[in-house]
Parts: sequence; structure tokens; C-alpha cells
Amino acid sequence: MFRTALRNVLAHKARLLMTVLAVMLGVAFVSGTLVFADTLSNAFRNQSAKSYDNVAVAITSYANPDDPKEEPGLSRKTLDEISAVDGVAAAHGRVDGFAGVADPDGKLIGVGWSNKGSNFAPGKDGKDPAYTFTDGSGPVKDDQIALDKESAAKGEYQVGDRVRVATNGPVKEYTLSGVFTTEDGAVNAGGSLVLFDTAVAQKQYLKPGYFASVTVTAAPGADDAKILDAVEPLLPTSAEAQTGQALADEQARQIEQGLGSLKQVLLGFAGIALFVGIFLISNTFTMLVAQRTKEIALMRAVGASRKQITRSVLAEAAVVGLVASVIGFVLGIGLAVGLRSGMAAFEMKIPDGPLVLSATPVIAAIGVGVLITMFAAWLPGRRAAKIPPVAAMSSVHAVATTKSLVVRNSIGAAITALGAVGIVAGASGGGDNGRILIAAGAFFALVGVIILIPLLSRPVIALVRPLLVGPFGVSGKLAGQNAVRNPRRTGATASALAIGLTLVTGLSVLGATVGTAIDKMTTDNIKADYMVSMANGGDLDQSALTALQKAGGVSAVSPQQSVYFELGNDDFVSGSAVTPGDIEQVLNVDVISGNLGSLAEGQIAVAEKTAKSKGWKTGDSVPVTFNDKKKGTLTVGAVFKDSEFLSPVLVDTKVVNPHEVKPFIPQIFVKMDGGQTSANEKVLIDALGDNPAITIMDQQDIRNEFGGAINTLLNIMYGLLAMALIIAVLGVVNTLAMSVFERQQEIGMLRAIGLDRRRVKRMVRLEAVVISVFGAVIGIGLGSFLGWAIGETIADQIPGYALVLPWDRIGIFLVLAGLVGVLAALWPARNAARLNMLNAIKAE
Amino acid sequence: MTTTPVAGRTTTVAARATDLSKIYGQGETQVVALDRVSVEFRQAEFTAIMGPSGSGKSTLMHCVAGLDTFSSGSVRIGDTELGSLKDKQLTKLRRDKIGFIFQAFNLLPTLTALENITLPMDIAGRKPDKQWLDTVIQMVGLRDRLSHRPSQLSGGQQQRVAVARALASRPDIIFGDEPTGNLDSRSGAEVLGFLRNSVRELGQTVVMVTHDPVAAAYADRVVFLADGRIVDEVYGPTADSVLDRMKRFDAKGRTS
Repeated sequence: MFRTALRNVLAHKARLLMTVLAVMLGVAFVSGTLVFADTLSNAFRNQSAKSYDNVAVAITSYANPDDPKEEPGLSRKTLDEISAVDGVAAAHGRVDGFAGVADPDGKLIGVGWSNKGSNFAPGKDGKDPAYTFTDGSGPVKDDQIALDKESAAKGEYQVGDRVRVATNGPVKEYTLSGVFTTEDGAVNAGGSLVLFDTAVAQKQYLKPGYFASVTVTAAPGADDAKILDAVEPLLPTSAEAQTGQALADEQARQIEQGLGSLKQVLLGFAGIALFVGIFLISNTFTMLVAQRTKEIALMRAVGASRKQITRSVLAEAAVVGLVASVIGFVLGIGLAVGLRSGMAAFEMKIPDGPLVLSATPVIAAIGVGVLITMFAAWLPGRRAAKIPPVAAMSSVHAVATTKSLVVRNSIGAAITALGAVGIVAGASGGGDNGRILIAAGAFFALVGVIILIPLLSRPVIALVRPLLVGPFGVSGKLAGQNAVRNPRRTGATASALAIGLTLVTGLSVLGATVGTAIDKMTTDNIKADYMVSMANGGDLDQSALTALQKAGGVSAVSPQQSVYFELGNDDFVSGSAVTPGDIEQVLNVDVISGNLGSLAEGQIAVAEKTAKSKGWKTGDSVPVTFNDKKKGTLTVGAVFKDSEFLSPVLVDTKVVNPHEVKPFIPQIFVKMDGGQTSANEKVLIDALGDNPAITIMDQQDIRNEFGGAINTLLNIMYGLLAMALIIAVLGVVNTLAMSVFERQQEIGMLRAIGLDRRRVKRMVRLEAVVISVFGAVIGIGLGSFLGWAIGETIADQIPGYALVLPWDRIGIFLVLAGLVGVLAALWPARNAARLNMLNAIKAE
Repeated sequence: MTTTPVAGRTTTVAARATDLSKIYGQGETQVVALDRVSVEFRQAEFTAIMGPSGSGKSTLMHCVAGLDTFSSGSVRIGDTELGSLKDKQLTKLRRDKIGFIFQAFNLLPTLTALENITLPMDIAGRKPDKQWLDTVIQMVGLRDRLSHRPSQLSGGQQQRVAVARALASRPDIIFGDEPTGNLDSRSGAEVLGFLRNSVRELGQTVVMVTHDPVAAAYADRVVFLADGRIVDEVYGPTADSVLDRMKRFDAKGRTS
């Protein structure tokens, strides 16, 4: 029987092409992902091992530098004691924090979150082992810095140039003393690294004389573990020591975790591809079996058992799966290489390393490919086994009985109903449980709809038929009817698009809804023209606030300074310290009772929900414990409506600042005379000393900032759509090619009685478009329903929530689906138009 | 079966082949399917083309009907010379001037009987002539089957739909390729009866390829083909006379 299977595969090479392509794509994604992840984690592991190569022991201080009762870090004395330990060759104290470098145009070099500053810590030989200078030398004076090679190149800085550097204070100018290379992680991640003289860095990031961490290098032959034992007793309680090896391992583990999520996303793509591919494979085998009815019946007649027939179909599938998987695997390796260079192109620096090919991806990819193909061919195989031997004698094709469709539809309806109930229940329940219920419901609904698609195809396509007949005449009429001729096949073909579009539409609806809500919320709540914050998401220096207050044309300015104090008798309450009188001009504060003017008198304003839960009213006195443990009383001067942009408690900066070591200001809101103009923006930039590390956002920027995450997510999902589209194209090509093949005689007859080639092509093309758009409509419908349901569960967390259907995007999806049809029909339509009429109409 | 004399009938020619040749392949492997065939099909005449298999009878019909290209010679449908036409013009010619009845695959399974009948006019974007359509439907006796799909009709009924389709657009000429080949003798007789009636009563021109002497006997004239040449012609044939003529082919085949 295996020989028969092999012969069959060879005989139907062309017809199996699309199946092979679909399996190949899925397998390529699986293997590409696995190989890519292996290669990446290997490279990162080598990299982190290398960066801790010289480190015997690393010590980190976790002290709170603002706590006056504690030592703020590791002192010079501790460092000296560590240096004196037996077996220690050198100990380098380090202190680091944020440092942004401006390029000659004043723009920040590198990405905001990994712009690092540290100290140059030379040993007795005047060298710091962590940095290799390619030009110049390390900074040893107050006004000197060194820069990593790549950042220096980006800013076109040479040794001796003046470079503007911003920490979270005002911008300062330094002289570039040297350029270095390093294995530092931040630099490798595409950030920048500025080295200061140790005293400067200590003053900037911690306290003079203290370090945040110490790296210890061992003398030749010394044992790391022994050094660790000797060092530990010397440390303050707030510091921790680890061997370099342990740190490297830890870092490798973290990298692997980080890569894990990337791996999951990519495997998600592969999963979609394979899942959608199942329909295509199943379709192909169903058709192959149908075409071979007589052959199979003959085999049964000469004594093959049902099992043997099924097995023969499965063997055929296995051969196809294996061939496709092997090609897919090779493609996957190419994909892995491509992904790596692709990431490099997006400035995500990845350490070099060899391509890692372990056994797991090989086994996983080929196993998945073969099993999926066999799984998809299983039902057609069973159907083949049911062909009675007598079918060999008759010319009638085995027609699917209506009974099986009745069973199928009942099962499908039940599962769809179950899913819909789950989704609605989840939507009305809300919360995390609701979302889990929706996810489960969505799965069932999708499966149910896929089962029901053949049933749905007739009425849905009947609806659009008038549209086809009008402009396209007889081609349109025939196309519409051909599309519903084999509902199972149409259904399976449309499913591919339906699945992809369900996911994407659901997310688009959700994205549009949440995006609109955020837009509205931002517009409603932010009256300020500009929001000022740090590029790295850190805190702004007090000097920035002072500078903005003094800037010309500024009509109101208020920080939103984070304050943590104990209010009432129990726990910490998070509040914002603001500028009285200005705050209501930059943010919308909806006062319910009392008045905001009381803030200036040292009173507090409390959000409604907090006031209710604590039982406070306007005029109440509340005991308070400030950050420095000093106690006092504050009077509630106003109660305001809760808002996403306001902390539960507002207080005058003057009230809390005496109790803070350093006020933590994440953002400052500014309102200006004349509103948002480029002149006003220039005033602010100048006032802040043209600081590259500070970002100034206008209202549109703020909206983008908050909506940005949603758009990123949507873009990833559009990647998913692309994947589903590719498979869908293959599926439609497959179905059409088969249909054209099966209908040769009909097409020949149509040509004979006067349908010209152009209209034959159009007929095939329209059929493809109808099937694709049908799939898209199902997907968009289901997706919108899902988007609505998930939206309901988060509605109570978003004030002003209202469902928004992104009609423009839905329109684009429909057009895309139509294009898929046109594209997929190119080849089958050409084939149909070129059919030899005479061969086609010849009797069997 | 009585013979019908040719005299007194109109002599306008509906289709004419002159020195028509069709050659497949080249050199050693060359096969001559039609060898300088000249034949006329007169209006309102029912012609049967007969001959042993491989005689070129189907090829002749395909070439005259504009389904196939030919190597040399000329074919005219009415005043139109087919040899100079491109595929697009040929398609239009078939659509407007010619009707077809095939042995099988005559109907589109997705369309109802009526839709199948009006299909050529649908393709042409013409409205069917209601009265004529009624006459045709009446003649083939399909009035109560019009909304059925082909799968709900018997083989004979399906072929009657095909006859109606060929007649409905009032083509200059109808070609049938073994139209009764797949039918039992009673259904076959019905279909042939309709074809003859269409010639007698409606003045239709019909050319039919067949290998069945009984079918050929319905025609006004039988043209015999052998080895790509016209070898004989019989007017007012009977089944017996046709059979006799066919037997002579066999005898000739055996002796030569």
C-alpha cells in the first residue's frame, strides 16, 4: 500500500503543491523561531559570560541613599578593605545613573531608556579593566568625560571636542577625553555610556565618597568562592556579594526569559499558520479522494480493507508532510538568519555568534509538519475508506449525504451557541474572570462557526449575488452559484481568512475603542499646552521646575510630584504635590465640595472615592506622617471627582518639600499664552537649557504616548493578518485550481456556446473574490462581537467608554480580502481561460 | 420512414466548407484528419455526418462550427469566413450564430432548466424572444420542468433542455455531436424527433455527427466520411439504407 501512496503523491505533484506550501510555511516559522531563539540565547550567554570574565566577585548596594540613618552605599573605606583581601588583584568602585548625550543638533543620542552614565575607576596602573580605550584616555578631571565608540561616532565627536551631557540636572558641557569599547549591556542594547571622573559621578548619582557597586578582580590562581567568603563580612547589611560566575548565570537566565516572550509571539505566528493550513490540507485530500473514487473502489473490489485505504491516504499525507517539512526547515534556517539581520536593521544590537542548530528544532519542526498533515488528512482518509467497492462500476461520484451535513450543522450550532453564551456571560460578568470566560467562549465560537461555515455560505453569498449579476452579468451569476456549489470546500477555504480576521478585527475594535476613550480622556482632562518629562522616564530636577516658572509667556505651571505619606491612621496614600492656583489651569479638577483655593492655605484636596472610603469630608482634620517620619495634621479643603490624571490626594509642594530629601518630579504641566505654537515650544526648550534628556510633549504627543502601546500591539496583530492572508491566498488558489480542474467540461461547453476567455477569467476571479470576502465578513462579524465583549469587561475602568467600530479599517480588511481573491485567482483563471475546448467537451 | 425529395426546398447555404484540410503533426508523424473536404449545409435541412471512428467526422463538425482551427481551405457560416477570425470573434460567432448539442456535459448543474435554455442569450446580454421561447419550450415539452435543476431531470429531459437551448437563440445553424449517444433508444428518438420537427416546422438548419444508423435516418441527408474524405451522400435515408452503406465500408475495409 505504501508504494501506491508514493505513486499517488508523484502523480498529483501539482495538486499537492499548495498543501506543501502551507505546511512549509508553518514549519519554516516553527524551525526559524526555534533556531533563532537558540542562536540568540547562545550569543547572549557568551556575551554575558564575557562581560563578567574578569569579575571574580561583584558587590551591589541596595541602600536607600535618601535614608539619613543608613550608609548610602559602599564607602571608600570598604573599597580599600576589599582591595586588601587575600587573592584580590583589584577592586573597582562603580556608581551609575542616567546620562544623555546631545548630538551637535542638540538631539539625544541612542534610545532613552538605556542612556547610562558611570564612573571611570582606574586601578593602580591607571586603567579600568571594564573599558578599552581606542582613542584618548579616561576622564580624570571634573570637566572631562569619555564616550562609548558608537555614540561618539553617531555624534561625530572627536577627542578634545566639547560635548553636552544631561543627567537629571541641568545640561553641562564636558571635554571628551577618550573613546572606548566595552561589553556593557546597555551599550550592546543600542544605548550610550558616558564615563565621568569618579568624584563627579559620585556627586551626581549618589553621595561623595560612596559607590553603588564594586567589582573585584582576582589575582592569578585565587579562588572566587574564597574571596567571596572573605569579602562578605566587610560589607554593610544593605549590600550583597556574588561571584562573577553566578552573576553571568543569572543574567543569562534573565535573557532567556526575555527571549521567551519573543519566542512565544513567533511560535504564535507559526501556530496560526499551521492551524489555518489544516483546512487547506484537509481540502486538498478531500478533493484528491473524490477524484480517485473509482480507483479506491477498484482497490476495495480487489480486496483492500478499509483500514488499508485509510492508511494509504495517511501514508500519502506523511510523505507530503515530510517533504514539506524538510523544505520548510531549510527555509526556517534562512528565516532565522534573516530575523537576526532584520533586528540589527532596527537598531536592536545583537552580539555576534554562530548559528546554533540543535536537535530540538529539527525534531519539533519535522514532527509538527508531518503530524499536522496526517491529522488534516485523517478525515478525508476515513471518507475514502467508506467508498463502496461498487462505486468502481458506476460513473457517479460519491456525493456527501445531506445527513452528515445535518449532524455537522447541529454540532456546529451547539458549539457556536455555547461559545456565544460564554462570550456574553463574560462580557456582563466583567473583570479577569469575565475575560477568561470570553477567551474560552471565543475559542468555541470560532470552532463552531468554522463547523457552520458551509451552512452559512449559501444565505450569505445569496445576499451578495445581486451585486454580482448587476455589473458582471452572466460571469457574476455563474461565479455566485459556483461559490456555493460545494459548501464544505467553500467553507474550509473561507475559514482561513475568517480566523485571521476574527483576531485582527477583535483587536482593531478594541484598539479603536480604547484609543478613542484615551483621546477623549486626554482632551477632557489635560488643559495644559505642554507636558515636560525625562526621556528615560526618570524624575526631573527641581531646577527644571524653577526654570519653567521663570520662562516668558508661561501662564501656569504645576508639577505632579509624587508624594507618599501616611494619612489618617493606617497605610500610605499616594498623592501629588502641585502648585496651588496653577493646577486647575493645567489639569481638569472637578470640585464636588470645598474649594481648590484652600490648597494655598496648606490644606489638601481628596478624590471622591478615597474620601468616601476613609470617611472624610471637607473641613475634616487628618493626621499625617511625612516621608521623614515627622507628624502633623492636614485639613481637607476640597473633594474632587476621581480622574485618571489626578492622584487621590493633592497637596501644595510647599507643604511636603521640607520633608523630602529630593522631590520626585516625573512630569510638569505647562500652560502658555498663545497655546501650542512652535515659538512657545522654543521658549520652553531654551528655558530648560536645550536639554537633550528632557522631552516636551504637546497634547497630540501626549495622546500618542498613551495610545502608543495599543498601536504597537495592533501592528503585531497586523503581522498575524499578513500570515493568515498568505495561507488564505494559498488556500483559495488551491480550491480554485481544483474547481477549474473538476469543471473543465463545463467551462469547455460555456466556451463553445459563446462565453469568451475574458469572461471565463472573470467568472473564476469573481468566485475567488466571493469566497474571500465571505470569509472576511464572517471573521469581521465574529471579531467585532469579540471586541465588544472584551471592551465591556474593561468599560468600568475607562471613564467615558463607548464602543467604536473602526469602519475605515474594516473597509480596508474587506478590500484586502477581495484583493486576496483576485490575486489567488490569477493562475486558476488563466488555466480556465486556456482550457482546450475540444478536450473539455469530449465525452468520458 | 418516407424519403423527402430535395427538390422544391430552398437552396440558400447556411454553412459551407471548401477544400477543408486539417493536419496534425509534421513529417513522419503527420496525420491527415481532413483531406480537402468540400461540403455544403443548406438552410432548413437536417444533415447527418457518418463514418467509422477515425474518419474525421467529429473534426469536420468542430472545424465548421468554429470550435477548432483548420490547416487550409475555407469555412463559411453564412457570409462569414472563419479562417480569418480571432478567438474573440469566433466566440462571438458561436454565441450569436451557432447552437450546440453535445453528447454529455450539456448543462450547467448550478442553473435551472430555464436558465440553461436562456444561457446563450444571457451571455450575449440579449433578452430572449418570449414568444419564440414559449414555442420552443412547448415543442420539447418542458413546461412543467423549467425550475428544475439538471440533477433533478432524467438524461432524456436533460438532452431536451439542451435542444431547447440550441433552438432558443434562433441560431443560423445547430451542430450536434452524438446528441443521442448517452441516451436510451426511446429518449433518443424523442430528441431526434424534436430536431427533425425544428427543421420541418421552424425552418432550422441542423448538422449532426452520429454513428447510429437509426439516428441518421431522421436526417434529410447523410454525408459519409472515411479517412478524412467525403465518400458518399444519401438523401432521404432509412436506417436500413444507412446500415447497408456502413456495411460496405467495413467490407471495403476488410478487402482493401
